[in-house]
Amino acid sequence: MNELNTETRTKTEVEELPPFEMKAVSNFGKKISLATRVREKVIHYFFAVNGLMALVFITLIFIFLFKEGFRALEHIGLLDFIYFDRTDINDSVSRVFEWYPTSTEERYSLIPLIIGSLLTAIPATIISTIIGVAVGIYLAEIANPKAREFLKPAIELFAGIPTVVLGFLMLVVGATLLDDFLDPTNRLNAFLAALGLSFVIIPIIASLTEDSLHSIPDDLRMASYGLGATKWQTISRVILPAGFSGVSASIILGFGRAIGETMIVLMAAGNAANLTTDIFMSVRTMTATIAAEMGEVSHGSDHYFALFFIGIVLFTITFILNLAAEVIINKMRKKNTF
Amino acid sequence: MEITKKSNDITGTIFINIVRIVFFAMIFLLFLVLANIFIEGIGIISVEFIFDSPRNNMMEGGIGPAIFGTLAVTFIMVLFAVPLGVFAAIYLNEYARDTFLTRVIRTSVNNLAGVPSIVFGLFGLGFFILFIGKGIDEVLETGLLFGQPCLLWASSTLAVLVLPIVIVSTLEALNSVPKSHRDASYGLGATKWQTIKNVVLPQARPGILTGTILAISRGAGETAPVLFLGAAFFLPNLPVADLCIGDYCITMINPAEQFMYLAYHIFILATQSSNPTVTLPIQYGATLVLITLTFLLNITAIIFRYRFRKVIGKI
Repeated sequence: MNELNTETRTKTEVEELPPFEMKAVSNFGKKISLATRVREKVIHYFFAVNGLMALVFITLIFIFLFKEGFRALEHIGLLDFIYFDRTDINDSVSRVFEWYPTSTEERYSLIPLIIGSLLTAIPATIISTIIGVAVGIYLAEIANPKAREFLKPAIELFAGIPTVVLGFLMLVVGATLLDDFLDPTNRLNAFLAALGLSFVIIPIIASLTEDSLHSIPDDLRMASYGLGATKWQTISRVILPAGFSGVSASIILGFGRAIGETMIVLMAAGNAANLTTDIFMSVRTMTATIAAEMGEVSHGSDHYFALFFIGIVLFTITFILNLAAEVIINKMRKKNTF
Repeated sequence: MEITKKSNDITGTIFINIVRIVFFAMIFLLFLVLANIFIEGIGIISVEFIFDSPRNNMMEGGIGPAIFGTLAVTFIMVLFAVPLGVFAAIYLNEYARDTFLTRVIRTSVNNLAGVPSIVFGLFGLGFFILFIGKGIDEVLETGLLFGQPCLLWASSTLAVLVLPIVIVSTLEALNSVPKSHRDASYGLGATKWQTIKNVVLPQARPGILTGTILAISRGAGETAPVLFLGAAFFLPNLPVADLCIGDYCITMINPAEQFMYLAYHIFILATQSSNPTVTLPIQYGATLVLITLTFLLNITAIIFRYRFRKVIGKI
């Protein structure tokens, strides 16, 4: 009781302190010298400036991406990023969706690239959701607590595998295996890249799923068992619905990561800008396009600005996905006070 | 009432076992991946491989310059990212109140972590190289020295990329220092800065170190941003220069030069070298070195964090 009192008292006292000033006289009636007050204030502002830097950097990314990317619109135009009307010899006009920025007749359609990104990211997210959520459930509900102590770090360890390593393995091992078993249209294809991406996204989804299921209070489990439910009934009808928002946020974050991943798709997806829905054909994603072409392009050309425009599209997509996940997680936190 | 009734939920048991099988299949698959890299890569690992330069059009020799480049880039990255990230976290946790501005800062930190790494590459090109670098060149009239891809700008870009990792781990570490310790310090008449310096930071040190280690491992493994920020296919010389003060010279990392990078080296050998099958052992060797590096760093970070949480739990 006594402890509680002191705690509430200090809390109110601290909150009474004005935010940016140090009083000339301390709470205990002792004088604080001007030098101390100035020094404290300087230190305060020094840290504040550093804190603002994170904000500054995301603003700068925003500014420089959009500054360069929007200049693409001056020369290329928004519609040219969607289609190109090709006039044939006999004056008939055919509408094509192609990404050929280096040909004499430059075509800048982003459609094949966006489809390429989706064709790798969506299968990867589906595979990773099934496996990742299962792994998360196992860690949070089924594994014994002692085993969890080292199984969870082990899963997180795999999230730290450099993506270039996974791309490399997909190229030298995965491609051959896939070729033997499924006989794909192209040796390097969207499905192979999706498998590689899954290695990155499964740990993300598993780890976040485990977090959100673990944060559900034990009362709910006990209440469910008390009503005679079995373990699986508790998991499927109590725990998963209670942790639904957390799990869905993890899937959204995983999808965002899959869209933004570069090295795996650059090495395993084949890099041919096919307009296709065949998952076993080579595709070219937005990220791989930037990675492959930015090194060779001359600064200030249309092609250069077009690559920044792809950057804008990528940035916007991932930004929206991250924001959505954050909103869901914040809502869950408010609701899950139980 | 039969409370001790044995459950006969057959579908439930089946599902639980499916989940269990999926989990262990996953662990097994990951184990296979590591085993593959280890078995294929261990044969070529030797002292010469670690320290030598590539020879004979990359088909022989070692990966020494690539390892050196990776260490140099991450070293400079840490110099930028860790102070900035730690100070930012101190501000957010110790000084700032829950205002609109701090909430915007927290959101932007979270969003910075979700930006694709290739976009950081574009940012590095547009901001560091073409804006800052070209700007420095114009002001100092150094010709084309900083306005081109080089080690400094790759490090700076990676520093921005790992900034959220440093901030988030430092925040967690600062947050776990009990409020009563701060109050005790204030009670003894310490000012805010004295409290942070003498009470909060010493206790948060393992957490900050964890963040630093994780940042290094992330930075060393990133490939996409350095693709067009100065990573080179092959360089005959290391990116070093002699810094002389009077007669006394020391060899330093030269931040204005291009560099070889381990992760980039794997990528370029596997996809764009003249003969990928001949260099396959080198690729596996480089992969083994890279993955050993990141795993050692990550395991250290995990052990640090585990111990730190145990200590904090006791307080």
